[in-house]
Amino acid sequence: MRLPRLPHVTGWRPIATILILAGALAATARFTLGLGATTNLSDAFPWGLWIGFDFLGIGLAASGFTIVAAVHLFHAHEYEPIVRPAILTAFIGYLLVVLVLIIDLGRPDHFWHPLVMWNPHSVMCEISWCLMLYTTVLSLEFAPIVLEKFNIHSPIKWIHAVSLPFMIFGVLLSTLHQSSFGSLYLIVPNRLHPLWYTPLLPGLFFISCIASGLSMVTLESLLFSRNGRPFLPTHLQAKLAKIVALALAVYLVVRIQDLLSRGTLHEMITLSYYSVAFYAELSIGFLIPFAMLLFEKVRTSQTGLYVASLLVVLGFAFNRMNTAITGLEHYPSQTYFPSLIEVFIMLGITAIGFCAFSYIAQYLPVFKTAEPEPAHPQEEAPSRVEEPLFVASQWDDPRPS
Amino acid sequence: MAKKKAMLIDVSLCVGCNACQAGCKAQNGQPPNEEKFLSLTAYTALSKYNDLYVRRMCQHCDVPTCVSVCPVGALTKSELGPVSYDGEKCIGCRYCLQACPFHVPKYEWSSTKPSIRKCTFCAARLAKGQPTACSEACPTGATTFGDRDQLLIEAARRIGAEPGKYVPKIYGEQDVGGTSMLFISPVPFEQLGFDSRLGKTPMPLLTMSALSKVPNVLSVGGVLLAGIWWITDRRTEVQAYEASEASKKKGAAIQPKDDA
Ligand code: SF4
Ligand code: SF4
Ligand code: SF4
Repeated sequence: MRLPRLPHVTGWRPIATILILAGALAATARFTLGLGATTNLSDAFPWGLWIGFDFLGIGLAASGFTIVAAVHLFHAHEYEPIVRPAILTAFIGYLLVVLVLIIDLGRPDHFWHPLVMWNPHSVMCEISWCLMLYTTVLSLEFAPIVLEKFNIHSPIKWIHAVSLPFMIFGVLLSTLHQSSFGSLYLIVPNRLHPLWYTPLLPGLFFISCIASGLSMVTLESLLFSRNGRPFLPTHLQAKLAKIVALALAVYLVVRIQDLLSRGTLHEMITLSYYSVAFYAELSIGFLIPFAMLLFEKVRTSQTGLYVASLLVVLGFAFNRMNTAITGLEHYPSQTYFPSLIEVFIMLGITAIGFCAFSYIAQYLPVFKTAEPEPAHPQEEAPSRVEEPLFVASQWDDPRPS
Repeated sequence: MAKKKAMLIDVSLCVGCNACQAGCKAQNGQPPNEEKFLSLTAYTALSKYNDLYVRRMCQHCDVPTCVSVCPVGALTKSELGPVSYDGEKCIGCRYCLQACPFHVPKYEWSSTKPSIRKCTFCAARLAKGQPTACSEACPTGATTFGDRDQLLIEAARRIGAEPGKYVPKIYGEQDVGGTSMLFISPVPFEQLGFDSRLGKTPMPLLTMSALSKVPNVLSVGGVLLAGIWWITDRRTEVQAYEASEASKKKGAAIQPKDDA
C-alpha cells in the first residue's frame, strides 16, 4: 500500500512567518486596546473562538495521554515508536492552549491567581489546576528527549524511577480535565441548546476525546511516514482504528439515547440552524467515520485511514465549536462571529505550534526510539522516493532504509 | 447573628417612575441618564410588560451561581445577603457572565484592566445598618427593604389579603435555591420575562454532581490504572518466561524464533 499523495506544503516557512507576525500584531492590539475593541465578545457572548480553540487543542492533544496509557500502562509496547511524537504534540498543544487562555483572560496579569486562590466549587479552578499539573507531567515525560540529546543520563534514570506514578497521575489528570471542559457547561441548562446540553456532557467529552486523540495518533503515524511507509505498521494502525470505531460507537449510542430520553426529538426533527449544525457534526465526525472504520479495507488502507481520522478530528472540532458557540447563540438570540483579530491570534498561535514541532523534531531525538522495521523491499519499496511531508524533510532518518 | 436582608418588589405597586435607578446611580456615582437595560452604569433597570414594570438587578442568590463558578473566589456571598465582588482577585475569565442565570454581571470590555460590574445590594450601607439606596428612593413602596423572613411574611400577607390581585407565588422564595430579591406580581412571572426553565434547584448543584466525583476518579482511577499496569506487565513477564523455558527444552539446536 502506497502512501496517498499527502498535500506536501512547500513554502510553508513564509506562510508560517506571515501568520506568526500577523498574530503578534493582533496580540499587541488586544493588549493595548482591550478585549472590547479587538474582539466580538460581549456581555451576551462572553466566550468565543478562543475557548473553542482551547477545547480543540486540548482534545487533539489527547493523543499524548491515550498513547502513554496504552504503551506504558497497558503495555502495548508495539506502539512505542509513536509515543515521543505524541508527547511532543501534546506538550506543544498544552503550552499553546495555556497561552491562548492567558490572552483570553481579561486580566492576564492575574493569570496565576487560581493557583493561590482556590474555589473548590469551580470547574474553572479544577481545570486550571489540571492544566498546570498535566503540563508539568508532560514536561517530565518530554525531558528525557532533551536530556538524551545532550547526553545527560543521570536525571533520565531518576525520571524513569518515578515515571510510573507520574504517568498514572498524568492519565488521571487528562481524564479529569478532558471531561471537565464538558462540566463547564453543566451550569447553563437555560443557555445551552438542548441538542448539546445534557448532564452527560463530561462523559461525552471524555469519550470523544479518546476517539479524536487516537485518530490524531493515526494521523501522526501517516504524516510522519518516510519513503511511503507509515510510522506504525499497518496492522497496528488497523488495531487503533478498531478502538476509534469502538469509541465512536459508544459515543453515538450514549449521545442518541440521551437525546431521546430527554425528549429532544422535536428539536432533532425540526429543520433549523441548530439541527443542521447538529446533524453535520454527528454525521461528519461520528457516523461516517464509524461506518468507514467498520470495513477491514478502510482500516488497512492509508487513504481510508487518513480520510476517516481526518473526519473524526473534524467532527470533534465541530462538536466543540457547536457546544462553545452555536449552542449558546440560542439563548441571547444573538449570533457571534469572531473578529479578524481573534482569528489572527488563533492562526498565529497555530503556526507557532507547527514551527515548534518542526524545529524540535529536527534537533531532538523525537523519532529516534523507532526500532528498525524489517524492510519488505518487494511490497513496500516505493517506485520513486516520495518527497516526505514538510516536517519530515528536515530530519535525518534514523531508520536504516 | 445578623439577619438576612432582602428586598420585596411588588410589581403591582410600581409606577415606572425610575426613581430606583436614579437613586442607585446617585449612590454609585454613575451618570444620571435613564437606561432601559442593565449596564456598567445601571445596576438596576425597569423592563416594561404591557402596563407593568419589573425591576431587574442582581438577585443576590442564596446559593449564587456566580460565586460557585468563579475560579478565584472573587465573588463572595456575605451573611447579610449581598454577593460582593473583589476586582483585585478577578482574573477576567467571564465565567460569571456566562453562568449567571439572570444574566446580571456586566464586563468593562473597553478597559485594559477590566472588572465586572453589578448591583452591590448596597453592601456598604447594609453593613452600617442602612437600607439600600433604591428602596429609599422608591416613592410608592413597590420596593421595600428589610429582613428576609419578615418580608416573606409580608409578601404572603399581601397575597392572602387580596388573592384576586396577585398570583399565588413569591418569586425568589425558593427559585434557584432562594434569592434576596423577592417579587410578587398580578400576572404569572413568565409574562414578565422571568425564565420559567429555572427550577428550585440551585444551579451550583448541577456542577457539584460532577465535581464531587473528582476524588473518586483520582483514587479509584489511580488504583485501577496501577492494577492494569501490574497485570499487563505480569503477562509480558510470564510470556517471556514461558518463551525462555520453551526454547530451553527445545535445546540449542533450534534457534529461538524471533517474534518481535
Ligand atoms: S443573580 Fe447572578 S450575579 Fe446575582 S447573585 Fe445570582 S448568580 Fe450571582
Ligand atoms: S470574571 Fe472574575 S469574577 Fe467573574 S468568574 Fe471570572 S474571575 Fe470570577
Ligand atoms: S441595592 Fe443598591 S446597588 Fe443594588 S440596585 Fe439598589 S441601590 Fe443599586
